[in-house]
Amino acid sequence: MKHKLTVKKILRLVSKYRFYILLSLLFAIGTVALTLYIPILIGHAIDAIVEPGQVDFEKLSPLLIEIAVMAICVGVFQWIMNLANNRIAYLVVRDMRKQAIRKIQALPLSYIDSHAYGDVVSRVIADVDQFADGLLMGFTQFFTGILTILGTVVMMIKLNWEIAIAVILLTPLSMFVAKFISGKTYSLFKKQTQVRGKQTAFIDEMISSQKVVQAFTHEDETLKAFDECNEELGKWALKATFFSSLTNPSTRFINNLIYAAVALLGAVFILFTPWGGALTVGGLNSLLSYANQYTKPFNEITGVITELQGAIACADRIFEFLEEKELSEEAKEELGTVEGNVSLENVAFSYVPERPLIQNFNLTVKKGERIAIVGPTGCGKTTLINLLMRFYDVDEGSISLEGEDIRTVTRWSLRKNYGMVLQETWLKRGTVRDNIVMGKEDATDEEVIAAAKSAHAHSFIMRLPKGYDTVLTEDSLSAGQRQLLCIARIMLVLPPMVILDEATSSIDTRTELKIQEAFNKMMKGRTSFIVAHRLSTIREADVILVMHDGNIVEQGKHDELLARNGFYAKLYHAQFEA
Amino acid sequence: MSIFRYLKSYRKEAVLAPFFKLLEASFELIVPLVVAQIVDVGIADGNMPYVMKMFLVLVLFGIVGLAFSVTAQYFSAKAAVGFAVKLRHELFQKIQSFSYRELDEIGTGTLITRMTADVNQVQTGVNLFLRLLLRSPFIVFGAMIMAFTVDVQAALVFVVAIPLLFVIVFAVMLVSIPLFKKVQGKLDTVLNRTKDNLTGVRVIRAFRKEQREIEEFDESNESLKKSQLFVGRISAILNPLTYVIVNVAIVLLIHVGAIRVEIGLLTQGGVMALYNYMTQILVELVKFANMIITVNKALASKKRIESVLTTENTLQQIEGEQKEEDFIVFDHVSLTYHGAGAPALSDICFTVKRGETVGVIGGTGSGKTSLVNLIPHFYDCTEGSVRIDGSDVKAYDPKALRERIGIVPQKAVLFRGTIRENLLWGNENATEEELALAVHRAQADDVIKSKEKGLDDEVAQGGKNLSGGQRQRLTIARALVKNPDILILDDSASALDYATEAQLRKELKQLPCTKFIVSQRTGSIAHADKIIVLSDGKQVGFGTHEQLLSSCEVYREIYESQFKKEDSDET
Repeated sequence: MKHKLTVKKILRLVSKYRFYILLSLLFAIGTVALTLYIPILIGHAIDAIVEPGQVDFEKLSPLLIEIAVMAICVGVFQWIMNLANNRIAYLVVRDMRKQAIRKIQALPLSYIDSHAYGDVVSRVIADVDQFADGLLMGFTQFFTGILTILGTVVMMIKLNWEIAIAVILLTPLSMFVAKFISGKTYSLFKKQTQVRGKQTAFIDEMISSQKVVQAFTHEDETLKAFDECNEELGKWALKATFFSSLTNPSTRFINNLIYAAVALLGAVFILFTPWGGALTVGGLNSLLSYANQYTKPFNEITGVITELQGAIACADRIFEFLEEKELSEEAKEELGTVEGNVSLENVAFSYVPERPLIQNFNLTVKKGERIAIVGPTGCGKTTLINLLMRFYDVDEGSISLEGEDIRTVTRWSLRKNYGMVLQETWLKRGTVRDNIVMGKEDATDEEVIAAAKSAHAHSFIMRLPKGYDTVLTEDSLSAGQRQLLCIARIMLVLPPMVILDEATSSIDTRTELKIQEAFNKMMKGRTSFIVAHRLSTIREADVILVMHDGNIVEQGKHDELLARNGFYAKLYHAQFEA
Repeated sequence: MSIFRYLKSYRKEAVLAPFFKLLEASFELIVPLVVAQIVDVGIADGNMPYVMKMFLVLVLFGIVGLAFSVTAQYFSAKAAVGFAVKLRHELFQKIQSFSYRELDEIGTGTLITRMTADVNQVQTGVNLFLRLLLRSPFIVFGAMIMAFTVDVQAALVFVVAIPLLFVIVFAVMLVSIPLFKKVQGKLDTVLNRTKDNLTGVRVIRAFRKEQREIEEFDESNESLKKSQLFVGRISAILNPLTYVIVNVAIVLLIHVGAIRVEIGLLTQGGVMALYNYMTQILVELVKFANMIITVNKALASKKRIESVLTTENTLQQIEGEQKEEDFIVFDHVSLTYHGAGAPALSDICFTVKRGETVGVIGGTGSGKTSLVNLIPHFYDCTEGSVRIDGSDVKAYDPKALRERIGIVPQKAVLFRGTIRENLLWGNENATEEELALAVHRAQADDVIKSKEKGLDDEVAQGGKNLSGGQRQRLTIARALVKNPDILILDDSASALDYATEAQLRKELKQLPCTKFIVSQRTGSIAHADKIIVLSDGKQVGFGTHEQLLSSCEVYREIYESQFKKEDSDET
């Protein structure tokens, strides 16, 4: 049973807060018991008021004081219960998210690369929220609902068991109606969601490309298509909204019938008192107020059950994520001093076993050498970088640094020795400075500015509103500027080995040429791996690896490769044919 | 102008829904009186037929109440849904009318949220509002008025309790609503941090920042929890407090009632009725509080929607006289984007003859795209004028002008549908031959061939099932289908390999239209009749490749950065 397993996990998660759970349950019982007791007291009070001159004030006064005290107790109990519930809900939410962020850091890249970000984010945010709302709030509603129903039944039986039985027999009617309506609306809601999804996709597509729509003067056609979809949504939304809003009036109707029946039966019992006449007018008043609040928990419980199911489904998705396989265990040993001698021996690797990618690959790189990786887009150039930095582990063979297999040392000590600039520039939310000092947090202002200058980023940074302290938002910089910042980031650190993955793809060639000088200076004496599709930038490499469809098809120096007149030569000549 | 004017076409429904709700509520208000009659007349006098009659009255009230309520729900659903449909239509139409400047300023992400989430929120708000706005206060005040009919002195308890209850409900709302907004902001921070950790995973791991990211996340997470607990503490007080107040009021009511019964001014059934009215108030108050929360959210959405609807297209339209001159003229043109500090283009001056090919080159952010965007009048230039066929572009009807221009945007966007449907965007009436020719010229023959159903193959949203190069060639074909007077290629061959690009260039050369080719590569534009060189928004060179090589330093630098001196003879 998957459900059972999930519930077990949930219990383990909340067991930390068992004190609050206990508190919540205790005060829930207290709240329900007193809420049900108060109508009895009021009934007694009304019985003390019969006719002019016959009001029993001696009996009435203590009763009224008791009611007031009880009401205040209910208020306090309910408040404490609410506070305990809030605490449980928000603390569990916090705990789950805490686990989630640690999970993200411990997941292998293969997971992150192969799953949509949106999916993970929605598990960590939306699912966790819905889980907390649904399960914890739903649970207390469920609990108090059941207690209220049971308590009401007991109280009614005590007041008059015949009427109680009549009410109990009538209740299934209310549930039946509620179920009928919700069954009917479910399919309507599904249809509405479907049409709405279609419309959202359309809006998303057209609005994001609004400029193209206008460039092709396609506004009228687009509006027409939109209206069609909009009308359809309106049709289904009306049906779904209307039918779903029938639940309340219908159950209220049943409730009113029960109310009328109780009034009739109560009057009959008081008048004819066939079995000893235990019912008073005050008792009838109590019965009526029970009848009034009796069906409410039934409606709530039907709602709560779907909510609970939803919550468990959310919990499933969260646990599924939290239980994903983590990175292989970290080696104990730290990597020693690194000079930059890398060797790959018989390396084989593939992302999916069915599609072999790199096979039997050998490469020896000596300290200070420059390795260029070229090939058409999508040929797997980035794969090699994934392996060097141990974002992925090789399937066969080994990669070693200074003769040590990189799997035998900690990932951190390995990555410390690489400086990396990727094509996809990622900047942290924060200031420009925060982003530059990522690799060296104690850098001085002079060092930061020097790094920015050598990346040719200083002048544009100074033009930002607050210079180095400007807080970056999602699109405050152009792609080229973002790339310059990423370059400044490694200019500051200068590790023994450098990886440049299309590091200048968004920068114009003139600026690139200038940065190239800085790169050249930086790469001097450092082992560097450069991925590029601009062939002019890699001509001076010590080894050029030519990749095609995931395989290394050629390997050698520029002149050798040209002389061989193979794939590289073809690529190269295509660029210079005018 | 409030968006509620769109409710006008549903005026009937918007009035009838609350009206029927009122009718339903008035029956609910009579019920306690009927029960009081059962006690005072039926039970006190032992009048069984009277009890029976009153029972039937209660059942009848139930049925009539149900009928009224269902009618009200229908009208309110119809008004709310119809209103939302109309609102979405108006919004969509409005967005279609925006010029590039408004689109840039508001941002497409925001526009999408306005059209979806915000409209839904408003719909829910209107629906609930129509149903509850009148009902809840009516029941509350109606109960008070009914209480007066039962007994004036006892009813004074209501006069004190009701304002007190309202004050409490509003106070809690006023305090907690801004706090809820703060919580939402903190949740967004946690969401963004989660997203950042996923998108930046390589950089975070490369710089070994896992631990610090965890610490920063924990900080936001704790801060969120703290705010949630705080606002929870405040809203948790609402229900208990109202419960206590209502019950204390009931105690007072029974006490006053008892005194009145003792002196013969009130009956036992009357006390019961008063009690029942008080409990009705409690139930309604809870509903009312929920409605306020929903309506408040809806009002926030309404405000956001209105800000979109009140944004006006700023594109200028002028009367212009016809001049005798070259086909396209840029006459001392400057462009400063709204809100930007520095101009994106300044003092651009050049002329182009019909049929010429113009290359536009320059570094990242030098203003190339801004320049070509002025030709179809996507933006208003801030100074000078852009003239086509002797008339200012501002004098043309924008649609008529754009009909004559074929554009291949930098980002190769295709729409969901078949390849054919996408190509027909250029010209709805294009024949099969015209489509085939455009595809051929755009070097996209093999794209079509590689598809199982050829032109009728499906394109996924955003063209995700095509490679960048394939998309680019199809967007070129789309523009060619238009058979335009002016063709603009905005860096649209960047994903093509050099051989394909050269072939494309050859094909385009044969077309009679005037062409603007934007590129970062000198190789792509060297053959053009005229080349404009831009640097930081300024025109630093204008002429042919050879002229520029000898006269324009920036051009020479760009050229040399791409072709080492030794290769220069290859062009």
